[in-house]
Amino acid sequence: MSSKEGSGGFRKRKHDNFPHGQRREEKENVNPSSALMMSFKSFQLELDTRHDKYERLVKLSRDITIESKRTIFLLHRFTSAPNGEEILNESEAKLDAVRRKIKQVAQELMGEDMYQFHRAISPGLQEYVEAVSFQYFIKTRSLVSVEEINKQLIFTVEDREEITNTTSSSQDKQTNTWSLKVTPVDYLLGVADLTGELMRLCISSVGNGDIDTPFELSQFLRQIYDGFTFIGNTGPYEVSKKLYTLKQSLAKVENACYTLKVRGSEIPKHMLADVFSTKTELIDQEEGLS
Amino acid sequence: MSVSDMFIALQGVLTADQDIREEIRKVVQTLEQTAREILTLLQGVHQGAGFQDIPKKCQKAREHFGTVRTQLASLKTKFPADQYYRFHEHWRFVLQRLVFLAAFVVYLETETLVTREAVAEILGIEADRERGFHLDIEDYLSGVLTLASELARLAVNSVTAGDYSRPLRISTFINELDSGFRLLNLKNDSLRKRYDGLKYDVKKIEEVVYDLSIRGLNKEATGGVGGEK
Repeated sequence: MSSKEGSGGFRKRKHDNFPHGQRREEKENVNPSSALMMSFKSFQLELDTRHDKYERLVKLSRDITIESKRTIFLLHRFTSAPNGEEILNESEAKLDAVRRKIKQVAQELMGEDMYQFHRAISPGLQEYVEAVSFQYFIKTRSLVSVEEINKQLIFTVEDREEITNTTSSSQDKQTNTWSLKVTPVDYLLGVADLTGELMRLCISSVGNGDIDTPFELSQFLRQIYDGFTFIGNTGPYEVSKKLYTLKQSLAKVENACYTLKVRGSEIPKHMLADVFSTKTELIDQEEGLS
Repeated sequence: MSVSDMFIALQGVLTADQDIREEIRKVVQTLEQTAREILTLLQGVHQGAGFQDIPKKCQKAREHFGTVRTQLASLKTKFPADQYYRFHEHWRFVLQRLVFLAAFVVYLETETLVTREAVAEILGIEADRERGFHLDIEDYLSGVLTLASELARLAVNSVTAGDYSRPLRISTFINELDSGFRLLNLKNDSLRKRYDGLKYDVKKIEEVVYDLSIRGLNKEATGGVGGEK
């Protein structure tokens, strides 16, 4: 701002023709069609396109996260509800909806370097892994593999009608499949979050008088924990960070099993639920604090 | 597949990833070394005597870029070609520095802004993502912003060395550059932060031009080389 007199001295031109304010006047010698300006105009376009794409992906990722979370909540009701089959079907429908979102992501990433936008979609994918693996566990009592998850993320042109009216006006005609791969790291982080859900499942299943699930869960969690310790700090920082939470979840489940074993012999089954419902509250409080 | 088998497989993937990164880091280190050498060489232009043999310095720097090209060529081989952005962080910084150095050389030679295509050619890489190891646009712009700071410094030093016309040319150049950057809608990222520094470079150069103007030194600028302070 202070340079008005400065430039006035060496560029004696009339300022009056330029009503855009001082900064603009100084640039009067900048030719808007010079090579430099032209290239910056193309940069503007390129950057805007990139940022827009990124923002769209962030938004999709958020939608994926929200829907996956809802699926997880739904699945938690599985233990208490008598109509288990129905809930599983409902969760499947919800996950299908999530996968349609992921398809949109895959379409956005068509021909792009996925890692360029990885940070935008990674949170959503992790949440999706968590939801899928949770459902898979409830169904089969085992851990879904990363290959199986990716198998579900290959989309073909068949269900194209469903989404043509939303985003995919620009899809390539010659390609009829889109696929997205969950990276190993996203998978690991999703599985690490899964353990938190399993811990909750364990406690609530005791509350419902289900005595076997906790033992099954503690064994399963221990396997996952062993797996994570095997990976140790070869993985990125986030993975090792989750290890701590995982350990806590495991400890809670193990303690629950312990109590179940010790008290189980003395308390009748119908009263066990009361013992654990107080315990659940305690754990929920802890969760709330952390 | 059992849980432990799955984790063994994942661990294998992660280890492979780390090995790649280790390889990349080694090459990037050599690149940084070369970049430092070029920088040291070019810093000579700020010295009073350095203004005379700018062309010679540029020529020498150009020779060093030959080394850069071979090093970048070996970097390309260290990772799968379609995973540029997976490892981007590793060479991002050094690439920005190399862009700056190339842009500086080109500016000293022709007093124009190097295009993205030209930088890519000097570095022996592609300007376009589709064709392989390329120069990311943000890295290019970042390097150009570093050039602006360097030119602000050069303006000051050329006055000290008695060259009164150069600051005026630099001022025109930086003003055009500034207008160019104004066209961009930057996000709140590192490039934006770098861009925010550009106004200080503009200000610095304007001050130099102002100092020259009120003393009438810019009038004799055309013939003014060689005068001593």
